[in-house]
Amino acid sequence: MNKDVKINVHHITRVEGHGNILLDVKKGDIKKIQWQVPEAPRFFEAMLRGRHYDELRPITSRICGICSIGHSLASLKATEDALDIEISEQTNMLRHLAINGENMQSHILHIGYLVAPDLFGVGSVFPLAVSNKDALLEIVKLHRLSNEMSELICGRTTHPIRLEVGGFTMLPTKKQLERLRDRLNENLERTKKVAEIIKKVSNKLPDFKRETEYIGLTNKDEYAFYDGDIASTDTGVLDDYKKYRSYMDEYFVPQSTAKYAKHNRKSYMVGALARFNLNSKQLEPNAKEVADMFGLKPICFNPFMNNIAQLVEFVHNIEDSVKWIDKILDIGLKDEKLKKITPKKGQGVGVIEVPRGILVHDYTIDSKGNCVKANCIIPTNQNHANIQHDMEEFAPKLIDKPEKEIELSLEMLVRAYDPCISCSTHYLDVEFV
Amino acid sequence: MSKPRVAFFDFASCEGCQLQIANLEEEVLDLISIVDVVSFREVMKEHSEEYDIAIIEGSIMRPMDEERIRKIRSKSKILVAFGACACIGGVNKIRNQWSVDEVKKEVYKNADLKDNKYFDVFKTKAVNEVVPVDYYIYGCPPNRDEIKKVITALAMGKKPDIPNYPVCVECKKNENVCLFELGKFCLGPITRAGCNSICPSNGSPCEGCRGMLKEPQTKCVEDVLKRYNLTYEEMKRRCTMYNYGKEGCK
Repeated sequence: MNKDVKINVHHITRVEGHGNILLDVKKGDIKKIQWQVPEAPRFFEAMLRGRHYDELRPITSRICGICSIGHSLASLKATEDALDIEISEQTNMLRHLAINGENMQSHILHIGYLVAPDLFGVGSVFPLAVSNKDALLEIVKLHRLSNEMSELICGRTTHPIRLEVGGFTMLPTKKQLERLRDRLNENLERTKKVAEIIKKVSNKLPDFKRETEYIGLTNKDEYAFYDGDIASTDTGVLDDYKKYRSYMDEYFVPQSTAKYAKHNRKSYMVGALARFNLNSKQLEPNAKEVADMFGLKPICFNPFMNNIAQLVEFVHNIEDSVKWIDKILDIGLKDEKLKKITPKKGQGVGVIEVPRGILVHDYTIDSKGNCVKANCIIPTNQNHANIQHDMEEFAPKLIDKPEKEIELSLEMLVRAYDPCISCSTHYLDVEFV
Repeated sequence: MSKPRVAFFDFASCEGCQLQIANLEEEVLDLISIVDVVSFREVMKEHSEEYDIAIIEGSIMRPMDEERIRKIRSKSKILVAFGACACIGGVNKIRNQWSVDEVKKEVYKNADLKDNKYFDVFKTKAVNEVVPVDYYIYGCPPNRDEIKKVITALAMGKKPDIPNYPVCVECKKNENVCLFELGKFCLGPITRAGCNSICPSNGSPCEGCRGMLKEPQTKCVEDVLKRYNLTYEEMKRRCTMYNYGKEGCK
C-alpha cells in the first residue's frame, strides 16, 4: 500500500479531559503515531503544602469530578496512616460501599454514555434517546442507582461530603440501608438486560491483542477495591505498600515532557481489565456469568475488553454491596461519633483501586498537623505509555482502511482506557509534536 | 421559536460540573427538549461553532486558554460561568499564594519546561477576570436543581434568580444544628446560599465554594466568632480554600 494518511484528532471527544491523537502515514509508512495530552496543569501537590490535615480530603477530591470518592478515600487512608488513626469495622464496611458506588457510577457512565455511541454507530448518546430509547433508559436507571447509592453513603455523588478523617460525619439509617439493598437486588436483573444489549453490538470492539503487564491491588479476602497489596501479573505481590514507587516508576520521555510509568516492561496497564486479570476468581457469581457471556478470561491482552471488564465489575459491585449491607445490618448499625484527633508528625500512604485503576496518595505531615509534602500517582498517568504502545502496534493493522475508520478505531482504543485526563494532569503529563 | 443553541466548554477543572449534566439522569431528556446542545466534548463527537449560550467550566491559566475563551466570548450571545473554578477560581487559586516558578519547581522538579506552551502558565484567573460573564452557576459542584433553573430561565429569555443571602438561611430552614455548636468552623455566615446548605446538612462545615457574599453581615459574623471564641485569622485561613485573593483572604 502506498497510501498517505494524516489524522489529527484535536481534543478527542467522549473522554474526561483533553487529549489528541496524531497519525502521519507517508506512502504506507507510519512516520508518526502519537497520543498527546494538552490539558492545563493544576499543581495540586504544591497546593497541599501548608494545608491542615482535615483539608487534604476536600482539596484532593477536586482533582477529579468522576473519581472524587476514590481520591477522597485515598486521601483519608494516607492521612490516617500518617497520623496512626484506626478506623472502626463499620467505617471500613461503609467505605467499601462508597467505593463500590463510585465504581458503578463511573463504569456505567463510560460504557453507556461514552462507549455505546461507537458500538451503535452514532456520535453521542443523544441520538440514542430517539433510536434506542428503551435500551438507553435501562442504562440511565443503573446510572441513577449508582448515584443514589453514593449520595446515601457519602452525602453527595460528586465531591463527597460525609467522608472524614477517622470516619463519617453522618451515617445512613438502617431503613435507608435496607431500601438500598432492595434497590440493588431489584437492579441485578437489569444489569443482565444491559449486558445483553451490549453483547449484541460488542462485535464492534476490535479483536486486537498486545501482551503487556497489569498492575493493581490484590486481597486474599475479596476482589480488591478498598484495600489490598500492590500486585503485578508479571512479578507478583509487593511486600510493602510504602514501596509503591518500586512498582510505579514514573519517568520523562526525552522527546517530550510527558510523564509515563513503567515497571517490568516498557509499559503497563491499570484499571478494570488489570483487576480482572489479577483477581477474576474472586468475582461474585452473576459477574462471572457476564464475563463468560463475553468470553472474557484471564489473562486477556485485548485493551478493548477493558469496557467489558467494567461491565463485569459493575455487576460484581452490586452483588458485593448487598453482602456488605447484610453484614452491617447483621452486626447492627451503630451511631459512631468521630474521635478527637491529636496531630502528630508522620508520613502516610493510601493505596486504593478507583474506576480507572490503582491510585496512591502519599503525605508527610508535621507536628502541628499540616501537610509539608504530597505525592499522588494517578491511574491514567500509568496508562498513557500503554496507550502509546498499543497505538504503535494497532495503527499498522489499520492503514489499509478508510481514513474515517482508522480515526474511529484509534479513538475507540483511547476511549477503552476510559482516560481521566484532568486527574492525570493534576500535575503533569503533557506531550506534543 | 427555535431552541437556543447551547455549547459547553471546559478549562482547568475536574470536569465535575459537566458531570452534573449526566447526573440529571432522565431529566437530561427534558433539558434537550428546550435547548439544542451543539457542543459538549465530554459526551459528544459532534461540534458546532455556532451557538447562542456558552457554558464554561474551569479556570483560565494560560495565554492559550485566554485566547480560546476570548474566541468563545466573541461567538456567544450569553456566557455563563459554571462552577467554582469558572465563577471564582476556586481551589485552583490556592496556588496563587506562590509564584508560578515556585509551584512549577515543587511539582515538576527539574524538568525542562521552557518553550513549552502547555506549561506557559500564569496565576489562576476566574473567567470574569478575562472576559465579561453574563450569569453564574456557583458551587463545587453546582447544585443540579439550580442548573435546571438557570438553563430553563435562559432558554425562556429570562434572567435567572441566584440567592444573595448566606448559607445559614437555608441551614436554619433545614433545621440543622448549627455546626459552630458542634465545635466546627463553618463559612456558612459569609457564603452565598443556593446549595440548600448541603454540606452542613451532612454534618460537614461550609467551605465557601459558592463564593463570598457581596455584603456579608459583618456585625453578625463578629458576634458568631466571639461567641465561640474563634479568631478572624482562622476564618481568613479557611476562606483560602475557595476564595484565595478575595478581600481579606490571603
